[in-house]
Amino acid sequence: MAPEERILLAHGAGGKLTRQFVEQDILTRFRSLILGRLDDGAVLTLGDMRLAYSTDSFVVDPLFFRGGDIGKLAINGTVNDIAMCGAIPMYLTSSLIMEEGFPLADLRRILNSMQDASAEANVEIVAGDTKVVSAGSVDKIFINTSGLGIVEKEVSGSNAKVGDKIIINGFIGDHGVAILSEREGLDLKVPVSSDCAPLNGLVSSVLSATKCVHVMRDPTRGGLATTLNEIAIQSGIGIRIDEVAIPVRDSVRGACEMLGLDPLYIANEGKVVIFVSPDDASRVLDAMRAHKYGADAQLIGEVVTEPKGTVLMRTRIGGERIVDMLVGEQLPRIC
Amino acid sequence: MKFVDEFQDPRLVKGLLKEIDALASRNTTFMEVCGTHTMALFRYGLRAMLPKLVKIISGPGCPVCVTPMNILDAAIEAVHKKGVILVTFGDMMRVPGSMSSLEAERALGSDVRVVYSGLDSLGIAERNPDKKVIFLGVGFETTSPSIACTVLEAARRGIDNFKLIAAHKLIPPAMKALLEAGEVKLDGFICPGHVSAIIGSEPYEFIPKKYGIPCVISGFEPVDILQSVLLLLRQIVDCVSRVEIQYSRSVKSDGNPIAKRYISEVFKISDSDWRGLGRIPASGLVLRERFEGYDALRDLDIELKESVEPPDCMCGEILRGVRSPSECGLFGSSCTPERPVGPCMVSSEGTCAAYYRYARH
Repeated sequence: MAPEERILLAHGAGGKLTRQFVEQDILTRFRSLILGRLDDGAVLTLGDMRLAYSTDSFVVDPLFFRGGDIGKLAINGTVNDIAMCGAIPMYLTSSLIMEEGFPLADLRRILNSMQDASAEANVEIVAGDTKVVSAGSVDKIFINTSGLGIVEKEVSGSNAKVGDKIIINGFIGDHGVAILSEREGLDLKVPVSSDCAPLNGLVSSVLSATKCVHVMRDPTRGGLATTLNEIAIQSGIGIRIDEVAIPVRDSVRGACEMLGLDPLYIANEGKVVIFVSPDDASRVLDAMRAHKYGADAQLIGEVVTEPKGTVLMRTRIGGERIVDMLVGEQLPRIC
Repeated sequence: MKFVDEFQDPRLVKGLLKEIDALASRNTTFMEVCGTHTMALFRYGLRAMLPKLVKIISGPGCPVCVTPMNILDAAIEAVHKKGVILVTFGDMMRVPGSMSSLEAERALGSDVRVVYSGLDSLGIAERNPDKKVIFLGVGFETTSPSIACTVLEAARRGIDNFKLIAAHKLIPPAMKALLEAGEVKLDGFICPGHVSAIIGSEPYEFIPKKYGIPCVISGFEPVDILQSVLLLLRQIVDCVSRVEIQYSRSVKSDGNPIAKRYISEVFKISDSDWRGLGRIPASGLVLRERFEGYDALRDLDIELKESVEPPDCMCGEILRGVRSPSECGLFGSSCTPERPVGPCMVSSEGTCAAYYRYARH
């Protein structure tokens, strides 16, 4: 007798189970061509406007961490999802779901941080909702945001072309390790701050430097490895990356070595992976490096024909291996 | 990064591969006994870089993989009891028991928590005085000292609601059992460096002496592993067999006397059931009489049932090095990391998981 199926934490980890759930239980019911593209947000036509529309919920634990808090994350998360559609984020909504007894001082700190983050990202919060539930019904506070933006240049995860160069705007794994180091019980004093940042400014400078960007995506849950696998599958191409070229801080690498984690699967909140025609790769690199959120940008790989739907990595020592999607949960409630 | 980069230096790797190539003159099969080696070989793509004449197979050294199903079933039975918090290492969460897994039980509302250190369970026990905090302890000589410390610390602090399911195992007796069974012909063992950081090199001496098979105690970085392969090949060329320590930056011949003392203070050696290998004499650790009060199974009155392995699953043969994952009919079809049938597909150190994740094409 098969046991009754239940939702597992891994269903929300952004890896294989999340994808399976979305394909089997969401896409089969909500038959929308736009939804079916499985990009970070929806690109819609309203009149003669091309709009990007996205939503995200935030349940990070702890609420406050080095380099950010749930409020900053909630604004930047949605800003980035819209930016990843090649759009300029304009308006956001925000819903707060709070547990009875949650300290007002903490709430105000979170709201201040949302205020600062919206100012930096140049977005306006135009609608919202507040719900309070009895103690124990949620853990302190959960935040949902949604946002609307105007499409500047259409990109999609299914748009990668053979020959494209793959560029990332800096060090991977900072957010996940920053959260990890503050988790109770781990006692890991790693001096790493979350990379949580709005990427719309960086994306705008890249899009004004070249017209040949094919894919943009922020490698959040599931990390760089999962994002690259999604793109390889969506576009039906192969991806080759070079381990040596991928920027990882020593402190992040050290923490991962110790805990048996792989930085390729650790979440980021201020990173973008860009696929661009080879001729324009250096232009994108220059544009990124001139921006404060792209100073450590690197070319990390390229798109190849075969094997389709697969990410291969040349290892530090010159070997080769598959880089698979995240299976299971590496660490829950990181965003 | 200091102490890591040096051992991942591509120039050193290239040089070692050249020397290995020059020495390898006939088909040789080495067994790495430890899951950490299995993973390292794949993670760095080392397997494909070695000359075809040098074959490396994986042995029984993945603690999650060799933990018999009845231990998992016992842990699941424990979480069904009232007032129990079960604490374990992350790798154990998804291992299928005969009916369920700890991950699935957690989703059904059982209190199952993941820690990185056994000692963390004492804090949980202190914060939950009205609950029983049961630590499911698996692993080899590498983890057993810290679990021994946890028991001693529980005794010192009088934390009586801490209990232990002790499923710890010893590596050398398993190697002996493999050699006695004689199913695989081996030309050398790559022994786990972290195990020897505790037990030293002496417990392996019987292998070259009695069976004439060279052993090298190896670190886990690419340069360590290649250097160990080279040392094994040199022994073969020189027609000698002995135990050598490649991982000398961490391993002394007598190991870590303090850690060994902790183990023997808390645990005694007993026969133990291994998945895939069956019952091996003197290959497990159980609590000594004076610590029996911490024995979770005794406390909760749980009896270990007979383990029935899933049909067609080849984990047993794979753990013995007799078959490789691709020979298993379930591999990659009905057994994948998302829906594992056997433990070798679940554990991050499992041979099947390594083949699937890193080299399935």
